[in-house]
Amino acid sequence: MKISFQLNGESVTADVPDHITLLEMLREEFELIGVKEGCGQGECGSCTVLVDREAVNSCLMLAAFVNGKKVETIEGLAGAQGRLDPLQDAFVKHGAVQCGFCTPGMIMSAKALLDDNPCPDREQIKQGMAGNMCRCTGYIKIIEAIESVAKGGNSCG
Amino acid sequence: MNKFTYHEPKSMGDVIDLLDSYGTRAMVIAGGTDLVLKMNERKCEPEHIVSLRSIPGLNEIKYDNGELRIGAMVRHRQINRSKPIRENFSLLADAADNLGSVQIRNLATIGGNICNAAPCADTAGPLMALDAVLLVEGPNGERNISIRNFFLGPNETSLTGSEVLKEIIISDLPQGACSCYIKYTRRKAMDLPLMGLGVVLVPDPSGKVCHEARVSLTLCAPVPIRATATEEYLTGKTFSDEVWKEAGTLAVGESTPRTSFRTTAAYRKRIISSLLPRAANEALRRLN
Repeated sequence: MKISFQLNGESVTADVPDHITLLEMLREEFELIGVKEGCGQGECGSCTVLVDREAVNSCLMLAAFVNGKKVETIEGLAGAQGRLDPLQDAFVKHGAVQCGFCTPGMIMSAKALLDDNPCPDREQIKQGMAGNMCRCTGYIKIIEAIESVAKGGNSCG
Repeated sequence: MNKFTYHEPKSMGDVIDLLDSYGTRAMVIAGGTDLVLKMNERKCEPEHIVSLRSIPGLNEIKYDNGELRIGAMVRHRQINRSKPIRENFSLLADAADNLGSVQIRNLATIGGNICNAAPCADTAGPLMALDAVLLVEGPNGERNISIRNFFLGPNETSLTGSEVLKEIIISDLPQGACSCYIKYTRRKAMDLPLMGLGVVLVPDPSGKVCHEARVSLTLCAPVPIRATATEEYLTGKTFSDEVWKEAGTLAVGESTPRTSFRTTAAYRKRIISSLLPRAANEALRRLN
């Protein structure tokens, strides 16, 4: 099956078997291995990518579903000359990364959250990030990293 | 996942033709969060997958002339964000807000939630309390099914082989109605309910007497049910803690929960009696 979509800002086409997931297509066809498979059941969120700017579990989505859509992965976040996205920068500064396996999914979920609500309070951050598990950090540093980017925005009171 | 052929027809007629010709070898996919999971675990191995993604109009919420129409492909995130649903059918928003994670709510559809017919389906109880009508289409055309006749058993519905759910139709509640759904879970997020309880209350003009009550129970029987004896008892009663307590006891009597790996039947019964007052008070609080 031929699938055409926008991947990290570029128009791409892939010829893939009908039965593969978005996760498999991204990792195997496009070698975007920042997208991680944790549980494979939509529980852990480490496979989170953005489809039309909304966070989804790529392990539960058929590759066919992104035909004609815009897909963003962690690889598409950094700007020119490897300049980090403010969220990536904040995760580094706040020590929100330990083993790193959950980090791409965490950052993509955080990105969708802040796109939708630039000034979330702590409770809204927790709710927005409820679908992403981290077994290292205890979440506090992750929440603080996201808060720092939210507070850095001009529109927050 | 097993190998299958993916079909994405552009009209409902083509969907039904495909389902008709492949029979039990085909399955419909909506959001896929239940089906892909089952296929990943090899609990289900269809040879053909028929997607509803390209059928026009199925992902819309329409509200006019006192009627809410939710397309089968409407995702839970759209329900979260729908002003008419939050304002007029708040118990449905309660259920959609607490289903899975943001990522799941962005994928999972309301049509999939009820057609998969898991006994724990989050939107089923609220739709029961709202007396939803389901518009389905099959080889012989369209028909309406009352949600009360839709669930036949766990993962079993009254849809026939090549029938497809198109729309969920909900009539406006009577003037002054209020509602609330409580999904009782061990954790605050990412959990399935131990039980769910929905109420719709219509107070009389004084605001103190119950003119009409609807109570739905989830995971209190093999399918979501309405607690009709409880509803009858509440009608005409003046709201009070004692009335809620008695209603809770009646609702326990109408339920036949089972002991599962999640919890025991006895515990489920205790939750019912304490959730009914809580849901009723929260619904009435929303009136102000």
